[in-house]
Order: sequence, then C-alpha cells, then structure tokens
Amino acid sequence: MHQFTVEAIGPALKIGAYDISFTNSALWMVITLLLIWVFMLGGMKRELVPGRWQAAVEGLTGFVQSMVDVNIGPKGKRFTPYIFSLFTFILVANLLGLMPLAIIPGLHSFTATSHFSVTGVLAIMSFSIVLIVGFWKHGLKFFSLFIPHGTPLGMIPLIAPIEFISFMVRPFSLGLRLFVAMIAGHILMEVFGSFIVSGFNAGPMGWGISVLSFLFIVGVAALELLVCAIQAYVFALLTSLYLNDAINLH
Amino acid sequence: MPQITQLPLIYASQIFWLLLVFGVLFFGIGRTMLPKIQSTVEARSRRISEDLAEAERARAAADETEAAWRARMDESRAEAMKLTAAAKVETAREAELRIKSADADATARIDAAEAKIQAATEAAMAEIEGVAAEAAQEMVTKLAGVSVSRERAAAAVKEALNG
Repeated sequence: MHQFTVEAIGPALKIGAYDISFTNSALWMVITLLLIWVFMLGGMKRELVPGRWQAAVEGLTGFVQSMVDVNIGPKGKRFTPYIFSLFTFILVANLLGLMPLAIIPGLHSFTATSHFSVTGVLAIMSFSIVLIVGFWKHGLKFFSLFIPHGTPLGMIPLIAPIEFISFMVRPFSLGLRLFVAMIAGHILMEVFGSFIVSGFNAGPMGWGISVLSFLFIVGVAALELLVCAIQAYVFALLTSLYLNDAINLH
Repeated sequence: MPQITQLPLIYASQIFWLLLVFGVLFFGIGRTMLPKIQSTVEARSRRISEDLAEAERARAAADETEAAWRARMDESRAEAMKLTAAAKVETAREAELRIKSADADATARIDAAEAKIQAATEAAMAEIEGVAAEAAQEMVTKLAGVSVSRERAAAAVKEALNG
C-alpha cells in the first residue's frame, strides 16, 4: 500500500486553513502535464506532409475529435478541448503509474488516478459541465431527460425516479470506475511481486511458485497497459455521451 | 488504504494541484495547441480534396482531348479510305481502257494478217490452177494427140480441184 501514500515534497504551503503542499501526487500530475505538452509540441510544426511525430499527434487529436463527432455531433465541437484534456491526462497519468521506475533506487512512480480525490474531482467536473450545459441550453426542459421518448403516461411515475437515480449515479460510477481499475491492477501486481520474493525465500519448493508468479505478472502487466488505455477511453467516451444527453436531450 | 486514511490531510492539496494542472492542460494545450493542430489537419484534407478535384478536372479535359483526337483520326482515316478507293477505281478504269485499246489494236492487226494470208492463198490457188491447166493441155496433146483449147483445160482443172 506504500505505493499509494502521498508525501509532501518541499515546504508546507497553506491557503487559509487548507494545506496545499506540493506532494509526490502533484509532482506526477505536473510530469503528466509536461509529457503531454512535449508530445503536443511535436505536432506544432504544422507541415503539409507530416513527419512521424506530427502524424502521431494528429492521430491522437483526430481520435478524440472523431469520438466527439460520433457521440455528440457537430454541436459537440466546442467540447473537444475538454474531452481531449480529460483523455490525455488520464491516459498519461495511468501509464506513468505503471512505469517500472522503482528499478532506480529511491524512485518510484505514483499513479495520481489511483486516488479518488483526483478521479472524483474529474468526475464531478464532467458532471457539472453536463448540468451547466443542459440547463443553459434547455432550461427546465432539461428535466425531460428523465422521461425517455415514448414512455406510456402511466409509467412516468415509475420511470422518472429510476432515470433520475441513474443520472445522479453517473459522477460516482465515472470516478470510482477509474480509481478502482487503477488500484486493483496495482495491488494485483504488488501481490504477485511479493509472491516472487517470498517464493525465492522459501527454498527450492518455492522457486516454482516464483517462476509461475513471474510469468503471471508479465501477463498482468500487459493487461494493465491495456486497462490504462481503456479506462482513459471509457472516461472520455462516457463524458461525451453524457454531454450528448445534455446538448441533444433524447 | 492511504486514499482513505490520508484523505483529511491531503484532499485540499490533491484538489488544488489537480485543478491547477488540469486548468493549464485545458487552457494551455486543449484550447491553444489543439485547435492549431486541428486546423492543420483540416487545411491538409481541404488541400487534398481540392487537388483531387483538380486532378478529376484534368482527367476530364484529357478525356475530351483524346475523344476529339480520336474523332479526327477516324475522320482522316475515312478520308484516306475514300481517296484510296477513288484512286483504285480510277486506276482500274484507266487500265481497262488501255487494255481495250490494246485489244482493238491487236484485233485489227490480226484481221489484216488474216486478210493478207487469205489473199496469198487465193493468189497461190490461182497460180496452181493456171499451171495445172497448162500441164493438163500438154498432157492431153501428148497422150491422145488431141489439141484442147486452153479454156476447156482450165475448166476441167477447176472442176477436178474443187470437185
């Protein structure tokens, strides 16, 4: 569990009664930001015939843009920057947390997205934007979201509360899904890592267990890389779907 | 689980730094760099579609030129064919004419030759008759001792020859 511990770096900073000290969590978020910035800088050459780096950047932006276009439509164009920021931030933060930096003594990476204080803020941010856009565009008509098209009149008292509950659960599912996926993968790898060590310490009988655990951890690591990308994609996709609800209603 | 046990201590720092980082990411990258990259992509795809349209136009023009060229080729070929046919007819007519005139010439010469042969034959016949009559007259005189007039002898010979 030590890998999830947040430790302050440098002097304590305070705003009023709130402690906002720079921490390892903040450090890795800043590194995430820098990596994204460096990556995007490679796409700013704006050549007619793109090089490899520029093509990669354009591939990423095109991927996010097509996701927004498909799920929201032409009205969603203004939300592409937000979806793009969400996707890249979560993706890079996830992947950074999986880097085997602990090989260098004294260094170990930190997964900012394994803290619900981070994923929760992201989820609440997405949810708030959905609410603001919904009420801004449709006013009180936004509540018609809770009555799907073609609901029989008698069913409305039954359907509307269910729709309302499923709507209110969105920020929790959004934030918890990412947090749980990250923490579960890291704990799984930690458990099998400790199996390798204790297997070796247990003598010849345990070596077989160590080898098996090692093979397993290789597979889990590959799976985790996939999960990093999928979770970032799911977060961005769901946010764009919720935005679609707010912009186009049903 | 540090996420829960540490929460009262770190929540302000987590939220502050996340909002700061995400704000810089959103405004500095999402709203500044992203539109530029998107406009580059759009400019490129516009350029590509323009170039494609241009190429399509050029191809249509080329097709038109080729069709015109083909039509002209066909025309010239038909013209040439017509000229050849006319020349052939003309030549054939001329050749026929020349053959006809040569034929007439040859016929005339054959006729003349035949006439000459006829005349020569007749002359030879007449001569033979004369000689035969003379011989017959002399033979009669010598064998029978009778003198025959020349006219009678000639008549007898003619009768014997044409008999």
